[in-house]
Amino acid sequence: MGISPVLWQFLVKWLNASALFPREASTIAPWMDELYFFLLAMTVVGIILVGAIVFTFSIRYRKAVHPVATQIEGSTLLEATWTIIPLAIFLVTFVWGALLYFRIYNPPVNSMNIYIVGKQWMWKAEHPGGQHEINALHVPTGRPIQLTMISQDVFHSFSIPDFRIKREVIPGRYSTMWFEATTPGTYHLFCTQYCGTNHSAMIGEITVLTPADYKKWTEESTSGMSLAQNGERLFASMNCNACHSGNAAARGPSLAGVYGSKLTLTNGSQVLVNEAYLRDAILNPSQHITAGYAPIMPTYQGQLSEDGLIDLVEYLKTLNTNFRVQQTLTNSQSDQAAPPASGVVKP
Amino acid sequence: MSASSTTILSLPDQSTATVPKKNYITAEHGLLSWLLTGDHKRIAMLYLISITFFFFIGGAFAGLIRLELLTPQPDLVASDTYNKFFTMHGVIMVFLFLVPSVPATIGNFLIPIMVGARDLAFPKINLLSWYLYVVGGTLVLATMVLGGVDTGWTFTTPLSTHYLNTHVITTALAVFVAGFSSIFTGLNFIVTIHRMRCPGMTWFRLPLFVWAHYAASILMVLGTPVLAIAIVLVALERLIGIGVFDPTKGGDPLLFQHLFWFYSHPAVYIMILPGMGVISEVISTFSRKRVFGYTAVAFSSVAIALFGFFVWAHHMFIMGVSNYSALVFSLLTMLVAVPSAIKIFNWSFTLQKGSITFETPMLYAFGFMGLFTIGGLTGVFLGSLGMDIHLTETYFIVAHFHFVMVGGMLMAFLSGVHFWWPKMTGRMYPEAISKLAAVVTFIGFNLTFLPQFILGYLGMPRRYHSYPPEFQVLNVLSTAGATVLGVGYMLPILYLAWSLKYGAVAGNNPWQATGLEWQIQSPPLTENFTEIPIMDHEAYDYEWLEHKTAHEVTTVG
Repeated sequence: MGISPVLWQFLVKWLNASALFPREASTIAPWMDELYFFLLAMTVVGIILVGAIVFTFSIRYRKAVHPVATQIEGSTLLEATWTIIPLAIFLVTFVWGALLYFRIYNPPVNSMNIYIVGKQWMWKAEHPGGQHEINALHVPTGRPIQLTMISQDVFHSFSIPDFRIKREVIPGRYSTMWFEATTPGTYHLFCTQYCGTNHSAMIGEITVLTPADYKKWTEESTSGMSLAQNGERLFASMNCNACHSGNAAARGPSLAGVYGSKLTLTNGSQVLVNEAYLRDAILNPSQHITAGYAPIMPTYQGQLSEDGLIDLVEYLKTLNTNFRVQQTLTNSQSDQAAPPASGVVKP
Repeated sequence: MSASSTTILSLPDQSTATVPKKNYITAEHGLLSWLLTGDHKRIAMLYLISITFFFFIGGAFAGLIRLELLTPQPDLVASDTYNKFFTMHGVIMVFLFLVPSVPATIGNFLIPIMVGARDLAFPKINLLSWYLYVVGGTLVLATMVLGGVDTGWTFTTPLSTHYLNTHVITTALAVFVAGFSSIFTGLNFIVTIHRMRCPGMTWFRLPLFVWAHYAASILMVLGTPVLAIAIVLVALERLIGIGVFDPTKGGDPLLFQHLFWFYSHPAVYIMILPGMGVISEVISTFSRKRVFGYTAVAFSSVAIALFGFFVWAHHMFIMGVSNYSALVFSLLTMLVAVPSAIKIFNWSFTLQKGSITFETPMLYAFGFMGLFTIGGLTGVFLGSLGMDIHLTETYFIVAHFHFVMVGGMLMAFLSGVHFWWPKMTGRMYPEAISKLAAVVTFIGFNLTFLPQFILGYLGMPRRYHSYPPEFQVLNVLSTAGATVLGVGYMLPILYLAWSLKYGAVAGNNPWQATGLEWQIQSPPLTENFTEIPIMDHEAYDYEWLEHKTAHEVTTVG
């Protein structure tokens, strides 16, 4: 008698394959789990406390042993007790949670930036060195990685449970988070914000490599062009350098060293130039006119993809002098007066 | 008699007792007399039938969802169909069941009686409110028949405005119309409670059920219009592209979520507060004691309503709201948890030195206390900023709000339905099987939703049609639990229907409870009271009741 051994084996294997607790694969994970266990303990104690009170009273004061109830008005002391103690615990939770929140969302200054573009229903990762990935992300251990994320269409959310991090990926706005992976391996990547038909297929794999393996991977999988190089091409092909030439008489402001600087706009406000500002200024120039310049820049809304914008932003970030811009300009001008190339037979 | 030591139930002699011939049910005959009635009790019955209907439709969708999730592969239905399932489940359960559940049925029936009035302040608006509900419900059914909608019940833009070609407008209209039904109910309650209390019925003599409904009504009246605005903007954006939420037109996609949660967070208190009112009545009656700390419980309802309006952005901690606003909203979220804790402890201490019996409503109330405590405390996880990053948008949050809404609210609703069933119908429900149903529901509920907390911490995202195979064991447990839960919910509808004809005649006050509603016949007369009562004692005054019944000759018929 009993369960069939085949079925038994199947059940044992099935139950053993079940996950019960996520792996800790980032520096954030232990911090998160610590708070989780504190909150879990709070819940268990709370339940046991309420359960014990209810059960004790139910047994001691059931009608069979306590036929006549004693009326009690209430007790200010008890009310104060169960107002102040839960409040104190909740405030501890608040402070603890807030510290963790700032830890997760404030990247260290030396972090490596990777761009993530979400669209229905895939994740694109763009490494600064020009590696492009779809529904996958390769990262090294022991190095803080910042993700700068944007969506092309609807809200998505980038979640790596084993790293205990998640952030909404918003259309038209960069959002950032960071992590530092600790253990090589592969981990789930989920889109956790409902985004339409194939929401549950918008998943991927995070591959964490040792620094040596990561170096090997970057060399093997580069497209040959870094994001900034792509951006430079785009900059030239969109004729940005016609105005942003860096000349004193140019119609557009010089872009050299603009990233990270404080800019004064025509309306008098001061802004810090970061990735988000650069992106907005390209798409919606009339709202971002640098003081002293005329509002003549056309919008590039609809002409540039999010990937293209990332390339441009990366290019502008690397632009420390106007030397390359002017060189491009000279080249393009010399292109117009194209010298007859040898070997080309003129009609 | 041994039975008397374990129950407070006191029924009239069944061999001679009959349900009173003249009551609100027999006052008029014919379908039209129901459809055109102004009587709050009849409207409550209309609501009870319609929300039960929608509850089972919403429940059927829940069953389909759990069935699909039995296996990791997306094998039962297509992804679009699955998305429609959870959207319909959410829309129906939230807007057509949870929001009107206790207020529009039990509240509608009892608030006028509890304050000593003959009807609500605006009987015709009350009827209009039911018709609006029916129109809203019909539109939801129309959406279903036409092919469904897959926005999720949250209608998140720009998905709902630009990327879906399902019946968003029909559903939006349904929610808009159903919203007005809820506004009218709230308005009616506020005016009734302010203006129509009987002589001697001061604010602090009101039953806590009325306090809870007063707080919920304020939320309904102030919150629901914001939902209406948000939903109209979604419809306009879809139809003519006004661009309020469209970033390419200079709109803000997050603005919709601010507007939506400005209603939808208070909405969870609209759902839970009336349930808390039920629990106060039930716990007091079955422990024969005044509710411990009456004023604390009353004011905690008001505090929940007040704080409830200032916590909406805790649904958006990971959405790129400013860090400082996240801090403020997290702090306020912690504050709103405190009044709930106060209530739980006050109910627990109501039992102290009582004389407790364990009839079905009390079992459901105990179920409520256990499940709501878990639901409430897991809410603290989500209010805590850092923890929220990992847990939000996963099954943890699904489990959390089902513990509050289903474990809390539905338990309270069933507790209330059983408790006041004799008053509404004049007949008792069968005790043994209903106790069984309460226990089955409790077990089924825990089996369904406890595994989802673990799934959530593992990171399984909500609204997923397929999932990694290592999550299967927990999902199978959850589906198994849902089956048990389904049985637990089917039982009451069967035996309650049976009891309409075969239940024991209840008499005026089977529970020996103190509320004004128990001092009149069951089912009540259309005008509730033959003469307007004069309230000369506080709520839950069992000594007054004892004194009263001691000098009373029980008449039958």
